Amino acid sequence: MKVRHALRALDGILRREMLRSLRQRARLFSAIVRPLVWLAIFAAGFRSVLGLSITPPYQTYVLYEVYVVPGLAAMMLLFHAMASSLAMVYDREMGSMRLLLTAPLPRWYLLAARLLASVIVGLPLVYLFLFVARFWDVRPPILGYVAVFPALVLSGLMLGAFGLLVSSMSTQMENFAGVMNFVIFPMFFASTALYPIWRLAEAGPVLATIAAWNPFSSAVELIRFALYLRFHMVSMLVVVTCLVAFFLAAVAGYDPGRGLWARRGAEG
Amino acid sequence: MNALAVENLCHSFGTRQVLQNVSLTVAQGRMCILLGRNGAGKTTLFSLITGLYYARTGLVRVFDIAMEANPSAALAQMGVVFQLPTLDLDLTAGENLRYHAALHGLPTELSKARSREELSRLEVLDRIDDPTRALSGGQRRRVEIARALMHGPRLMLLDEPTTGLDVPGRRALERYVRTLCRERGIAVLWATHFLEEVAADDDVVVLDRGRVCWAGSADRIAPDLGVGSIAEAFALLTGSL
Repeated sequence: MKVRHALRALDGILRREMLRSLRQRARLFSAIVRPLVWLAIFAAGFRSVLGLSITPPYQTYVLYEVYVVPGLAAMMLLFHAMASSLAMVYDREMGSMRLLLTAPLPRWYLLAARLLASVIVGLPLVYLFLFVARFWDVRPPILGYVAVFPALVLSGLMLGAFGLLVSSMSTQMENFAGVMNFVIFPMFFASTALYPIWRLAEAGPVLATIAAWNPFSSAVELIRFALYLRFHMVSMLVVVTCLVAFFLAAVAGYDPGRGLWARRGAEG
Repeated sequence: MNALAVENLCHSFGTRQVLQNVSLTVAQGRMCILLGRNGAGKTTLFSLITGLYYARTGLVRVFDIAMEANPSAALAQMGVVFQLPTLDLDLTAGENLRYHAALHGLPTELSKARSREELSRLEVLDRIDDPTRALSGGQRRRVEIARALMHGPRLMLLDEPTTGLDVPGRRALERYVRTLCRERGIAVLWATHFLEEVAADDDVVVLDRGRVCWAGSADRIAPDLGVGSIAEAFALLTGSL
């Protein structure tokens, strides 16, 4: 694989993702409005009923809005990853995936390029949300916006790789309703995105254990700590390990010899 | 050297065997028609040749490059038009072509120039900035062919490219692809079930139920089988009399 060729292909894939994203305005609009609705309505309602103790990385009592913003940023990455995964299934059904997979580059590289492009396209929206959240008095240190960048990239890649894996296993777009109900919502709600783990432990130890093992919680905590200029080593290790595991499984899923791609056949 | 050589290719989906010992060759600058009814295995064969599926048994060589050993080098020689339209409907015709060029490592300036050149040859240059969603079926097909030619392939694979086109559209497409063989020396493997797309000087491979049941020059098929026309020969070979 020649480096120049690989970079041009990455550039092409990135441009395509950006153009598609900009032209699908409804999707773009809902991607930014969704977390704001959660912040403005859900968080406002929960603020009065949910007390929060001092939990790292916070050094004092914080408003519920402050607590929930990193979780909502991770939620944006999760929904973006799933939208991207849905687009992969759509591309496969519509045939355009064939074009990507018959490019003269290793398949793992094409999938990695697609994953990276998707994350790059999703990040500006997360930053926009983080800046708009300042109107709700969610004001992390300015350097936190810089420090959170690698955390967002890693989390986005991990969730994107998970989406890629889901797309390699989905045979039809219709199956995605099931994915939403049985994968995305449990992943989001059984995590530390909306409530701290001790709150979940009060509700039930099983739920707290699930949330502790949920890789989405690690993504949320990695983002939360980075935003307040702290580093959470365990979360980073979990996110990186899951990223590698999900990506390798997705590459195997798209393998012409082993994956679903090979088992399904369109005859003619 | 053959542009494409397929040797003893077999493939199955689960327990269902869809290709059995398929062998064929396409010579450089020649038009080879892969003739078969729906479900004969043409698309599966294309998927194996392009590496979308992995061939467990048999070999695919493109200009002597083994697909299994070096898929990237083999794919770089190929231009493919799939049976299903594969244009990105959210992008313009030009953007679709430049995306393909990027995947093949072409620099931006060359890709811009070549996209205009190929679209112009196919008489759709005026639609370069239009979203492909707004193009007719025939125009989309022409854009797909232009796209497949962007990186200067020496072998073109076209899987039922005339499906959904009207008769003049089919004729025009066929004529254009034949000029690619003549003028640019491109080898073409054209899968179809339309017998009228076969010309007398074409090479023909008849595929039926996953097996090659006849291969040779188009003008030999009827005499060899002792019938009066290619239609009768095809019916005899595929048991569709």
